[in-house]
Amino acid sequence: MQGKENALTKSQLIDAVAECLPHIHRTDLETAVNTVFAGMTKALKMDERIEIRGFGSFSVRRRAAKEGRNPRTGQPVLVPSRRAPVFSPGKELKARINGAAAAQDGDSNVA
Amino acid sequence: MTKADIIENVYAKIGFSKKESAEIVEAVFDTMKEILERGEKIKISGFGNFIVREKKSRIGRNPQTGEEIEICARRVLTFRPSQVLKTALNG
Repeated sequence: MQGKENALTKSQLIDAVAECLPHIHRTDLETAVNTVFAGMTKALKMDERIEIRGFGSFSVRRRAAKEGRNPRTGQPVLVPSRRAPVFSPGKELKARINGAAAAQDGDSNVA
Repeated sequence: MTKADIIENVYAKIGFSKKESAEIVEAVFDTMKEILERGEKIKISGFGNFIVREKKSRIGRNPQTGEEIEICARRVLTFRPSQVLKTALNG
């Protein structure tokens, strides 16, 4: 079910970005990438929606309180309402990710 | 918040020009897109993981007409927020 277990960490992402921008110091790129995600976290904290064209959007959704259960004892517990970040990939990125797969097995798409 | 705001943040944080800050931010998202397009996962500690999942084909139904259609196998991108981000939103 899960895709390939190939995973890149933040520092590997920075390495890859550094290859595209050889004239910029890695340390500065590190600060930049950290700033990008710190700023996004801050915006979400303020319930602000984030829209990155070509990539996708992040928003905050409120989850209602519900009655859960302690899986070990079966005891009902109240799960309080909470806020959850939600990501929705943009049209371009969705197509690029799926396009690569469709090209591989030559499947046609169904609307 | 848009990409312009993110560029502004980077500009305020490091001593680069607006143009260079924009170049960096574009490169970050472009690189992420390339990685995800290859089907690889990205783990941003403190923020979350971007995961490409393979979906098998299945029989779906047009909810309007009830007509059965086959939904093809496809790849979708999902985001799993890290515990740190979840906690930050509920602090």
